[in-house]
Amino acid sequence: MTTPALTLDGLTVRIPTAAGTVHAATDVDLTLTAGQVHALVGESGCGKSVVGAAICGLLPRAATVHGGITLHHPGSVDVHLEGAGARTWRKVRGRRIAWIPQSAATYLTPVRSVGDQLAETCRHLRSTHTPVALLTRVGLEPAVAGLYPHELSGGMAQRAAIAFALAGDPQVIVADEPTSNLDPDLTEQTLQLLRAAADAGAAVLLISHDLDTLPAHTDRIAVMYASRIVETGPTAAVFADPWHPCTRDLLAALPSGGLHPIPGMPPTLTDLPNECVYHRRRPAPGFSGGPTYIAQHGDRSVRRLIGAVS
Amino acid sequence: MSLQAHRITAGHHGGEPVLTNVSLTIPAGSITGLTGASGSGKTTLARVLAGLHTPQHGHITLDNKPLSVAVPGTVAMLFQSPRQAVTARWTLCRIIAEPLRTRRGRADTVHATAQRVGLTDDLLARRPHQVSDGQLQRACLARALVQRPRYLICDEMTAMLDPATTAALTTVITEETRSGLGVLAISHHHGLLEVWADHVIAWA
Repeated sequence: MTTPALTLDGLTVRIPTAAGTVHAATDVDLTLTAGQVHALVGESGCGKSVVGAAICGLLPRAATVHGGITLHHPGSVDVHLEGAGARTWRKVRGRRIAWIPQSAATYLTPVRSVGDQLAETCRHLRSTHTPVALLTRVGLEPAVAGLYPHELSGGMAQRAAIAFALAGDPQVIVADEPTSNLDPDLTEQTLQLLRAAADAGAAVLLISHDLDTLPAHTDRIAVMYASRIVETGPTAAVFADPWHPCTRDLLAALPSGGLHPIPGMPPTLTDLPNECVYHRRRPAPGFSGGPTYIAQHGDRSVRRLIGAVS
Repeated sequence: MSLQAHRITAGHHGGEPVLTNVSLTIPAGSITGLTGASGSGKTTLARVLAGLHTPQHGHITLDNKPLSVAVPGTVAMLFQSPRQAVTARWTLCRIIAEPLRTRRGRADTVHATAQRVGLTDDLLARRPHQVSDGQLQRACLARALVQRPRYLICDEMTAMLDPATTAALTTVITEETRSGLGVLAISHHHGLLEVWADHVIAWA
């Protein structure tokens, strides 16, 4: 049984900057299901973090958002987060949607102990958990509560960040590259903690460059290129048989795929044309180079040219 | 020809040595992979080899001559986090040109090296906050290669990068080894080193 916890419906984010309008996310459709870990992958600067930030209400003030961000809860009314004000976000952020940052230690106040800050978070969220219980849940000793952020190793800091995120029993957890600074053992532990959070009922969105770890630790994957999602599906199926040329190229760039570089560079997201631009990297007949749509096939989907013969 | 560490003992602030009696040879024209647990001293060894950290005991030789008499710029280094390895206010062009000591042919050299690592001209005019981690690491590789080093030390240079950028940068470095560059590639990522490196040293 799958219960959607959060749906993005045609999410489009534009951020005006001095260099032009950044097409940060375009027509992003994504459903996060309770109890599942979802991976969001793509090259640096393709808009993954913006999708995460939009879900958490952490976009820059100047950003304009179109499309829907809907938070579902069984037995209660849906909350529409697109264009929501500070009042709504105060009720949602931390309590129903939590965020795990990349370099956890830099998000903590350096002059206060971990336990002190975690206690403040619990108090603020009116959490039923105690700081020590949360630390134990992520595999940290209760003594860690007395440490200051600079006394934590990278792995401890990342686990502490997960403890902060779990304080409010959120139904959605967004983790933005939580493992990129960690060695393989700590990566494994961190991903297992995210899995445990999903098993406890949360919908987890894992933004990651570490593609090798995804088949074992995530249920579904979404691949982004230049602000658009180009392919989604069960992780194992997508890895076994990638449909979109972008997904194929990303997998071929992995050491296990032979370290084949993709020609050229990803486009900067300022002033993109209003269509998929993957054909500029590599000819992609049937997939890119004109207006595209998302073709749905069972539990998988792929972005294709309108009118292309499948 | 090789870059060699001889019985290096090194540590920080008078504490327990991180490295004790470590010897390592990096042959020219090939990629030597080094992997090991966090805290095993890989980064300290990298910094000793690049001349950024003075060991308590032991010495470094370059083709059997002490490193201290080597021409500056023979050993270049790439770091894990490119943002902490560049001057934040400079353009990528100036960052890449920094190791060049003469003005003659500077623009051409920078341009050619930037092209080599896949950086386009419009990116060279930008500053670090205007580019992605991947683009900045490309600039750091260009800065390392612009001085035509004989050896390149890569300390977890792909940890922050997406797979496509990792593949692009490792491919450029592999091509450089064909013209004699010797590389020490430090990484947690066994799978990467198995494919990329010519030989792999695993520290327990």
